[in-house]
Amino acid sequence: MIYQNERAIYVKIADRVCDDILSGKYQEDERVPSVRELAAEYEVNTNTVLRTFDILQRDEIIYQKRGIGVFVSSGARHKIRIARKQEFRKHELPEFLRRLRLLGLTIDDVVKAWEETQDSKG
Amino acid sequence: MIDIQRIKFGYKDNSPKVFEDFSLRLEQNNVYGLLGENGTGKSTLLYLLMGLLRPCEGQITVDGTNVSCRKRQTLQQMYIVPEEFDLPAMRFTEYVETYRPFYPAFSDDVLHRCVEEFKLPQDVKLNTLSMGNKKKALMSFALATNVHYLFMDEPTNGLDVPSKKQFRKVIATTMTEKRTLIIATHQLHDVESLLDHVLILQGSQLLLNASVTELCKKYTFDIRSNDALTDDVLYSERTPQGNATLSFRQPDDEETPLNLELLFNAAHKISLTANFPD
Repeated sequence: MIYQNERAIYVKIADRVCDDILSGKYQEDERVPSVRELAAEYEVNTNTVLRTFDILQRDEIIYQKRGIGVFVSSGARHKIRIARKQEFRKHELPEFLRRLRLLGLTIDDVVKAWEETQDSKG
Repeated sequence: MIDIQRIKFGYKDNSPKVFEDFSLRLEQNNVYGLLGENGTGKSTLLYLLMGLLRPCEGQITVDGTNVSCRKRQTLQQMYIVPEEFDLPAMRFTEYVETYRPFYPAFSDDVLHRCVEEFKLPQDVKLNTLSMGNKKKALMSFALATNVHYLFMDEPTNGLDVPSKKQFRKVIATTMTEKRTLIIATHQLHDVESLLDHVLILQGSQLLLNASVTELCKKYTFDIRSNDALTDDVLYSERTPQGNATLSFRQPDDEETPLNLELLFNAAHKISLTANFPD
């Protein structure tokens, strides 16, 4: 089995930028930090950040305004949520269900835990 | 562009040659990691590029001009931060005023950013600084010269833990499209995330010359259990986490981040070079 299969740095930085869009740190139609600023923040070379911007632009999470900077697309948060839900269903959920079965837990245990955390929130 | 054309170099006539029939091209907008075991010629190569040493055969040109001629227009675009050096008994500002006239593209903006990031002490004579602070001072000056060709020999030696982080930030923010930066080092983890390109020297030749993008497209770096050491594994090392593994990347697999130490060790055991025609 493969224990650890890390994702490429430029993909990880794309994830962090998406986190910051979801949390509202970068609002839609507002500027995100420049290539240089992100390179400094994550201590990587600028070409790595350019690759990050490439995939985010491809996925229409950000867009470039020539000479002004890079901005968050309108609807970016919605797109990120959809993509992350798909990702969760495809990878994390099957693994979670596999672990449940392996440990002899049932879906009722999950429901109970779910309700308990709901209560403590409310 | 730096063009090294079939050079031969040795320190003494009868001693083994450090470089023999050695060729290499270095492009702008790239951060090169120059790696190699002790005594493989990393520092020697940097001195040759600077024109401080001259090859016995072949030549090195920078933007078409032979560096051995030490022309002004070449030298004003080059700077080297050596591994060990002394600084004169003057304050940093005096040092800057004395040496900046040699570099027409000198940038006060970059200088201020570096001094601030490194929290460089200003009011003391440079010769009284610790090794780490001397390094930070010279690196700040080097980056501020804004030269196209910047060479650093073991830049993180002597730097404390926070300074290594500051070093990466400073390098990342001051890199320009016109610049060719070469970092010669053994401290692979200090520079791993900064590199665009990996060069490994061994026995007067290049053992590996490949871009990080190419390497990550071609190979997967992961941690595996013993039963997952399948035929596609090219090289593996036992670690407490499992086997650190280098294997051919399958077309559908996601890319994984470069493990520079594993790559370095693998390159000395198996031939990775053949896969990269230049």
